Formats: sequence, structure tokens, C-alpha cells
Amino acid sequence: MADATAQTAPTTPARPGRFKEFWRYFRENKGAVVGLYIFAAFLLLALFAGLIAPHDPLVQYRSATLVPPAWQEGGTWSYILGTDPLGRDMLSRLLYGARYSFVVGVVVVILASTGGILLGLISGFAPKWLDTFIMRLMDIILSFPALLLALVLVAILGPSLVNAMIAIAIAYQPHYVRLTRAAVIAERSKDYVISAKVAGARLPRLMFITVLPNCLAPIIVQAALSFSNAILDVAALGFLGMGAQPPTPEWGTMLAEAREFILRAWWVVTFPGLAILITVIAINLMGDGLRDALDPKLKRS
Amino acid sequence: MSEPVIVAEHLARHYEVGGGLFSKPKVVKALSEASFTIMPGKTLAVVGESGCGKSTLARLVTLIEEPTAGSFTIDGIPGTKNNWARLRDSVQIVFQDPYGSLNLRHRVGSILEEPLKINRPDMSAAEREEKARAMMALVGLRPEHYDRFPHMFSGGQRQRIAVGRALMLEPKLMVLDEPVSALDVSIQSQVLNLLLDIQERMQLAYLFISHDLSVVRHVADEVIVMYLGRPVEFGTKDEVFAHPRHPYTKALLSATPTTEPERKVERIKLEGELPSPLNVPDGCPFAPRCWKAQPICRSTRPELEGSGHRVACHFPED
Amino acid sequence: MPLLQIRNLTVEFATASGPFRAVDRVDVTVDEGDVLAIVGESGSGKSVAMLAAMGLLPWTAAITADEMSFDGRDIRSLTPRDRRTVIGKDMAMIFQEPMSSLNPCFTVGFQIKEALKKHLGLSRRERHERAVELLDLVGIPDPATRLSAFPHQLSGGMSQRVMIAMALSCNPRLLIADEPTTALDVTIQAQILDLLARLQQETGMALILITHDMGVVAETAQRVQVQYAGQKVEEQPVRPLFDAPHHPYTAALLAALPERATERRLPTIPGVVPGQYDRPAGCLFSPRCAFADDLCRSTEPPVQDAGLGLARCHYPIPSPAKEAV
Repeated sequence: MADATAQTAPTTPARPGRFKEFWRYFRENKGAVVGLYIFAAFLLLALFAGLIAPHDPLVQYRSATLVPPAWQEGGTWSYILGTDPLGRDMLSRLLYGARYSFVVGVVVVILASTGGILLGLISGFAPKWLDTFIMRLMDIILSFPALLLALVLVAILGPSLVNAMIAIAIAYQPHYVRLTRAAVIAERSKDYVISAKVAGARLPRLMFITVLPNCLAPIIVQAALSFSNAILDVAALGFLGMGAQPPTPEWGTMLAEAREFILRAWWVVTFPGLAILITVIAINLMGDGLRDALDPKLKRS
Repeated sequence: MSEPVIVAEHLARHYEVGGGLFSKPKVVKALSEASFTIMPGKTLAVVGESGCGKSTLARLVTLIEEPTAGSFTIDGIPGTKNNWARLRDSVQIVFQDPYGSLNLRHRVGSILEEPLKINRPDMSAAEREEKARAMMALVGLRPEHYDRFPHMFSGGQRQRIAVGRALMLEPKLMVLDEPVSALDVSIQSQVLNLLLDIQERMQLAYLFISHDLSVVRHVADEVIVMYLGRPVEFGTKDEVFAHPRHPYTKALLSATPTTEPERKVERIKLEGELPSPLNVPDGCPFAPRCWKAQPICRSTRPELEGSGHRVACHFPED
Repeated sequence: MPLLQIRNLTVEFATASGPFRAVDRVDVTVDEGDVLAIVGESGSGKSVAMLAAMGLLPWTAAITADEMSFDGRDIRSLTPRDRRTVIGKDMAMIFQEPMSSLNPCFTVGFQIKEALKKHLGLSRRERHERAVELLDLVGIPDPATRLSAFPHQLSGGMSQRVMIAMALSCNPRLLIADEPTTALDVTIQAQILDLLARLQQETGMALILITHDMGVVAETAQRVQVQYAGQKVEEQPVRPLFDAPHHPYTAALLAALPERATERRLPTIPGVVPGQYDRPAGCLFSPRCAFADDLCRSTEPPVQDAGLGLARCHYPIPSPAKEAV
């Protein structure tokens, strides 16, 4: 009996706060934590590229074209990861490239999600004809492969990084619309929405203040996952020459420029490729952890 | 004598369901012929099993849906759609499930203040907060709960928040849709006491919807028994509980388990289940399950008759 | 020898914020032909204890007990294969939500026959006959055609009857009914309770009824076990429990029932059931108890003897003196 009281008495842990609880679930997924750290590291590198990078990414050192990485024969420590065919420092270009990738991810996600959430909310609350109209429109967009659609749009708008981002955002929008609409429809019939109605709330208030905050969890997860997709697709567009234009040190564009040297100088394609790979994997891992922590259906008691 | 808070006459609500490209939609008569009045400070209980139209009635009275037929006035103002905005102040609702009826992303304070924000746009934020805090004291919440989220509360406390929100606009009529069914017994009595206290203090009229007869017996002044969308018996609490006249009411009373074996009467066993609301029988809706049914019950629907203690049955008990 | 004997059962769940004790040193004893009701509010651990006995808890649960035996065999030491021959056959369970307990993809008949095939090894024809017989037994009209119905075509009451038929398919010696009527309407609830009582008498099986409804307990059970916050606080035969509860919690719970109210204001139990984060020291009920003193708040109460309903309390309420003048 004495040991039982000892067990129950002192250990009455305080109820965890909301963020703590989130972190607890997030932390359970080890991959997600690793992903988060890598993501944070990339973010810092991108932010402080100007301080860290040993060279200007655009300056061409004509005397030192296609220098191999430092640890390989013929490499020097002033170009740690070697140089590209025009004599630009690979490391510096990769660091500055990280900036572009993050900007692309952020801009695409913001564009696609604001548009998508707005349309999804409208669709969820709209009369049947408008709902059908919006959803069929989204179905049409979805019926194209995202990259193909983005290519077509870029072909119309003209190739540039900004246009590539807009095109990809449009291609991603339907996912957000469908997700938001499904969540809104599930929430709309719940009692708290009805009591807001009984309290006299009008449509805009119902949409944005009552319902939207309760639909955000799956949207945040989707945002994290499409962040990495956006980086991938912009790189793909860049590779196809429809995205960022040379000499911008964008990872996809770097790959495209180095295409003909694949066999002679492995580093010019391997490093941008690795950069894309690691970033995308890290973000995807993180997205999985976010889903574990935010999606109540997957929560274990 | 004061005026009744709500007067409802022949309320009905029909829904169309199904109906594709080629098939005609079917009509579900969720509610028909509901008439009642409630005086300030009084409680009218609506009793029945699932599918009897209780919740539909709640949706009509709280101005969420329009009746298909019939009319009602709240405080003398007709409850038609163009008056809805004016009537919001007068009628509020408390739901069964305290977990679903509160917005989990809003703090208790902003949940309580929301009705004021919407309906009293010229009220200052400080004044709103003051009112919300006063309400929290009234419904038995502690001041430090103001900044908390609903998920930190137990069911009983959430139901207090829901009651508080409903009271913020000082309504005259409260619709209580199974307010204690989801709560444990020890919490249920706390919430019932709170509701009774508030009613006494503010002279509220309650439309109390419940399937639990022991709770109804405790709170109600008058009782409507519903079956398949129609009222089958109406009377004061004592009349209905002591001398049920409709066979269904009798069966319902005898089916309710009691903890006092002495009071136990011979249990009336009802055969079968509720018919689907899609094909309600032509005659008395209760006829297929009724042990007294005669041919006339299957062909002609009895009307709610009598004065005072009314019953819709061809062969009422006396 | 009792049919089901559980002594000192403790179940702890590993949650993200540390262990949570859902069942705390609970004893359950059921004899052949017994009808035991386990009553408690939500969080009292009444279902978890039975799920532990059935071996149906997820891996996050740590189960310890001095004894857990069914018909003299230790349930914990059974191999998975032996366990399956006991659970589902000799020990069956029905749940609160009949609609979600049936698999919506298969017909009623298929689901009943599956159990028959697994446990009894009957031939196809025998299975069919037995299934019809079972549906007839639980009072489903026109059983032969109902076998080919899908669960969504049945009402709640009918689904619960089908669940009972499935549970009975192998002539269990113990049926555990976890809130079998909570999701049903009053008139249907009465039908199902009558059915369970009738079947229990006809087959002589033991019945454990888990419920929160005191009325259901009073009308169905022979013996009642009251649980609070994972602990068993009292056990008595049904009539004495309602006449003379010994634990203050039982007494307060009965007093709070609206049907027992004598005044407009109901007697209440202040506060709420302790959760994971606010388990009190000493007696778990002490923060809400009208009789609690410092002893209750600091020291865990002993279990009283059977004359005082095995009440887990320092100051059990004595029985009213008989023949008091």
C-alpha cells in the first residue's frame, strides 16, 4: 500500500501546452526530426549564403574552368567543390541556389494555398451549381500532369523563374481546393458551426473565423509536401530551360548547363542533384512528422 | 399574466431525399402538426425516440431552417426569414455533445464574446470582456479559464461554456437539445441544477428535448410525446407521467429502467421497431407496434384531440 | 471454482506524457450462471478491465495481475492458438456501437458463419442451419432471408441482435456486454435487455454487463461492482446496493439520479473524475467526497470486509440498523 501511494502521489505531471503536445508527437517520428534539422541547416545556409560563400556565384574564373573538388587530384582548396565549365565556384553557386529553392518553395506554396483555400472555402459553402463549377474546373486542371501544365503555361507566359513559379502554383492549386473543400464539408455540419449560425454569424465570418482554423491541419501537411514538390518542379523546369535563366545559380538550371560535361566532370551534375535530393527528402520526412502530429486520426492515445 | 414567449402552430418540415436524374425524390415528413406555447420561466419537454422529429423541431425554432408549413411567433414577432436577424437575440440553443459544439480553435473568452461581437457591433472590447467574465461566474467557471481552449475542459465544464455562450445575448427562449445525455450521472446533476437556477433567475422559457424520461420528469412543466414526426400526447408533467393516455407513452414509461424496484410496473413489450420515416403508415403511425390496434387505426390517422391533456389515439387510455 | 477469476489487475497505458493507469488493482470474480454488472462513469476503467481479460488491448497497455484465469486456466499463459479457442468461443463480447461492430462489406450470414467455421468446424449446411437458428433465437423475424442482408440494411436494434447472435454462436460460457444498449432507443433497449436476460437464463451462461446506467443495473444484474477512476470501490448484490450503499461515491451517485430526487435541486457530486494529470494522493474520491478528512487525503483507504460491501474507504457508511425503532 505504501508503495502504491508513493507511485501516485508525487507524479502528477502538468497538462502539456499545445505546442509541447505537438512537439511530443512530432518527436516520436525520428525521421521527421532529422528532416527538420537538415531543413533548418539548409535554411541557415541559404540565409547566410552571402557570408559563407567563398566566391561570387556569378564571377567566372576563366583560368580555372572545370576544376575538380578539393580532395580529388588537381583540385584546390579555394574551390572546395570545384568549378563549372565557365569557371564559377560550385559551392558558392549551390549556396546561392539554396536561396532560390526556398524562395520558390515559399512563393509557390503561398500562391497555391491562398488561392486553393479561398476556392475550397467558397466551394464548400457555395450553392450546388457553383460548387460543381469550381470542382469541375479543378478536375480539368488535375487531369494534366502538373509538369506538363506548368510547361504549357510557361510557354504562354514566357520562360523566367517568376513565371515558372506562377505556373507551378496554378498546377498545384486543385490539390488545395479539394483538400479544403473536403475539410469544410466535414466541419460545416458540426454543432459548433450551427451554434455560430444561431449566434447570427454571417457567411464570411463562418467561413474564415469559424470553420477555416479547424481545417488547417491537413492543409499545413499538404503545404509542407508541396514545398518539396515545388522545388523539384522548378528544378525540372529549369533543367528544361523553361525556368530560371542562366546565369542564375538555380539548381535545376545548373544541372541543365552542365549536361554535356556529365562524363568528363562528375561534380558539375552530382552536387546540384544531391542538393535537390537531400532538400526534398528532408522536407518530405518533416511533412510526415507534421502529419503524425497534426492529424488526429493517426494519433495514438 | 405575461405573454407566451413562443407560440407555434402546425409546424411542419419535410425534406426531399434521393431523386436522381430519373427518379422522383421521396419526401420525408420529419415533422408535422407541431403546435405548442411556452410561457416565460416554464419548461416544455419534447420526448421521443430517434427519428421522432425532436431535432428538426429544434432547428426550426432556433431559426436554422424554415418550416415547410405552419408558423410560429417568438415574443410576438413572426419567425419568418426576414425577421431572423431581429430574433437572434431571443432564441439560443445548447447541444447534446459538448465536444462538438464548441470551436476547438477559439479560446473560452472569444467563444463567449462571439455572439456579442456579431450582434452588438458597437459594444467596446472591454465591455464585452466584462460581460463574458460575469457570465463565466454565473455558469460556474473560474476566471482563469478565460484564456483556455475548450480541449482542456471536461464534458461538464464544456457544457457550462455552451450554456454561457447561449446566455450571452440574454435570450428569452432556450432550446436544450439533449443537454445532459452525453454527460456522466454525477456531472449531469450539476448541469441540470445550473439550468434550473438560471431559469429561475432569468425567467427563461426552455424547450427541453430529451429521450431520458427520468430527466424530463425532473425538469419539465409540460410534456409533448412525439412519435415519427407527430405529437401523440400533450399534457402537464403530472398528467403525462401519472396517467399516460397514449399507448406509446405508456410503453415508453414502462420501458424506462428504474432503480426503484417497488415502482416497477408490468413492462409493456413493444414489438418491432420504428418504421422508416420514408414510408410512414397511412393510419396511426404507431398502429403496427400497438397492441390495441383495430382496423380503424390502420386506415385513419387520429388527430390530437381534447383540451388540456390531449392525445392522438382512437382508443386512448383513461 | 469461479468461471472467471481476476485478482489485482492493473492496466497502464504508455502515453506520450508518461504512464496512465486506467485500471488500478481490480478484482473480478464471476461464477457459472452469474450476472455481474460493472458500473462506473467514463474513465472508471470498466471496459478496459474486460478488454484486458479478453486480450484485446493495444500494445501500449501494460497488464499486470496476480491471477487471471478462466475456468481454471491462466489466460495470460495461453499460446495464441489456445487463446483463440477460448476467446470468442467460451468467452464472447458485444460492444456499444452495433453499427460499427459489424463489417459493412459482408452479409450478416457470412459474418455469423465465419465464427461457426472457425470454432466449431461445422459443414456448410450445418452452418447455415445453425445461423438461421441463432437469428431466430435472438428474435429476428424471417431469419433465413435476413442472413443475406448487409449491416447497413439493419436498424441499430437489429444489428445489436445480430451481434448477440454472433457472440452466442459457439455457446459461450461467459458473455461480456459492454454498454450493449447505450446507443439504442428506450423501447429497443428494453427489448435487448429482456433478450439478454432470457438467453442468460436459458443457456445458463454467465453475463458481465458493463454500463453507466443505474436503471439498467437495477433491472438486470444480480451482483454489482462499482468502479471509480480505475478502482473498484464497492461490490454488493443488487438490492442491498441500492438500499444501503457503503461507499460515499455509490451513495452520492444514487442520490444524483433525477428519478430519486425529492427536491427541485438535485444533490450533486462536486468536481470531476480525476484524469491523468490530477490524480490525488490518498483516496481517489477524497476531493469530491463530503466525508473526507485529512486521513482520506493522505492515506489510501483499505478495502473493508464483505459486510461493508468491500468498500475501498476509511469511513464506509454503515448499514442502517435493522429493526430500528
